[in-house]
Amino acid sequence: MAEQEKQHRGTAEPSAQDVEEVGANSAAVEQADELKDQIDGLLDEIDEVLESNAEEFVKSYIQKGGE
Amino acid sequence: MAVRKILGIETEFGIAQRGVVDPNPITASSLLINAYLSRRAEPGGGPGAPRVGWDFLDETPDIDIRGFAPIGSLAPEVETHLVNAVLTNGARYYVDHAHPELSIPECADARAAVRWDRAAEMILVDSMEAADEILPDGQELVVYKNNSDGKGNSYGCHENYLMDRSTPFGRIVQHATTHLVTRQVFTGAGKVGCEAPGLDRMAVPFQLTQRADFFEEEVGLETTLKRPIINTRDEPHADPLRYRRLHVIVGDANLCEVATLLKLGTTAIVLAMVEDGTLDDGVSLADPVQALQRVSWDTGLSAPLLLEDGRTATALDLQWELLESAQKYLLEQGDEMVGGAVAGEVVGRWEGVLTALESSPSELFGVVDWVTKRSLLDGYRERHGLEVEDVRLAAMDLQYHDLRPGRSLFARVGAERVVDLDDVARAVEDPPADTRAYFRGRCLQRWPDRVVAANWDSMLFDTGDDTLRRVPMMEPTRGTSDHVGTLLDECDTVAELLDRLSENPMAGLDD
Repeated sequence: MAEQEKQHRGTAEPSAQDVEEVGANSAAVEQADELKDQIDGLLDEIDEVLESNAEEFVKSYIQKGGE
Repeated sequence: MAVRKILGIETEFGIAQRGVVDPNPITASSLLINAYLSRRAEPGGGPGAPRVGWDFLDETPDIDIRGFAPIGSLAPEVETHLVNAVLTNGARYYVDHAHPELSIPECADARAAVRWDRAAEMILVDSMEAADEILPDGQELVVYKNNSDGKGNSYGCHENYLMDRSTPFGRIVQHATTHLVTRQVFTGAGKVGCEAPGLDRMAVPFQLTQRADFFEEEVGLETTLKRPIINTRDEPHADPLRYRRLHVIVGDANLCEVATLLKLGTTAIVLAMVEDGTLDDGVSLADPVQALQRVSWDTGLSAPLLLEDGRTATALDLQWELLESAQKYLLEQGDEMVGGAVAGEVVGRWEGVLTALESSPSELFGVVDWVTKRSLLDGYRERHGLEVEDVRLAAMDLQYHDLRPGRSLFARVGAERVVDLDDVARAVEDPPADTRAYFRGRCLQRWPDRVVAANWDSMLFDTGDDTLRRVPMMEPTRGTSDHVGTLLDECDTVAELLDRLSENPMAGLDD
């Protein structure tokens, strides 16, 4: 279960793995930055395409009679 | 014993009619589908272009015709004004209650299901464009691939899996439920707000799934009231002595292809494990209905779920256990019953997604819908300094699922692809080659004027004689390209096809 899982994926051997983790972390930071840039770009687009009257759009979206 | 996991999805789409006072969703849905069918029937509209109705005969329980049976009169097909068509790719496209619904053809693996599910999206996009040409200026039909209107009304995305009739139903309930509850961590399409009865909408500002708020029972026959996690509808659309069709109503419609692949692929493997009894020592949830909502409302993925034996575990813990069982199962039993090589891809991606959910879920942008949607919502909220209840966030939630390419928020994400776009385009026209959908779809392509009606397990042909002839297709794994491809190519007419099939009825469609 939880405990078992954490054991075999959690902290274990020192040195070699630490080095690997440093590498993995900087890659992760880079990836996170990239993702943030990507989302920023998307938000510009979303401003342009988002329904102009959000209130009216949400209010009028009614779906009765499913399944 | 596990049987081959032939599978499929049926999706009810949300529909909005713009520019009309007090629109009628049934009329709108009919118009949408009719516009598509008319466009396809025009010269150059594509092969087949069938105007073939759905045959409701199989929904009569006492009909069990083997071999060819002459039918004296027209089948009671399309008994209402509602549209109900069969497409050349083997799908059924129809108005269900107040929604357009598309059931993809039977598929032999999860990747194929993603391909035909994406083809379904293309068909809906084409339908909107076709409707646009008919409607007066200022009017528009808009289709959403989601499961809730945010006001307590839900519509489904149902999955179907072929199962062995001899597997005790109680065993399916016990072990499939654990997966259906905990897989929400990657199948959730994300939702702003809460629609559970008695709770304030902002009691849960954002949750993993669209559907969890609407489930009240563990097991039952309902799909619209008191919805159950395990649905007991017993309509196998196949040999009822041999097969059961598990009808799963608890999932969300996904836009991320990886999410659809995992939703179907992992569930197929879990169900095969249930059939083979390899999950018999697995844990069970003490209160699955409560756990369903708990998992959906827990964006931190850390809520403990009470197990029947008194211990607790998180949804991720239980998913890791199921994944390990699945890996072992594939090693020991092989992948033949669970989609062949695609099963390996499913298990690999399953592990990757669980790992990311545990360490850094934001990596799953474009892979898992709820993560993708939440990243967009969070970014937008921060940029504009909005409160969580700002209506613009609810609008973004809906618009994420808008299928119009120019308006869809999801379409801008650059999500990870599982299937090639050219393959998807071909899946709009062609059926899968490796299930009985092949026979259905190819007959519709070759002889659209001779097919009177069709449904999942039979087709009704007019050969020009006085009587119509019904061809039963009770075995979903037959009628494939391997079984009947050459035969279909060699026959010039339907009469010839039926004559050759009746000379040797076991040749292609039956066991």
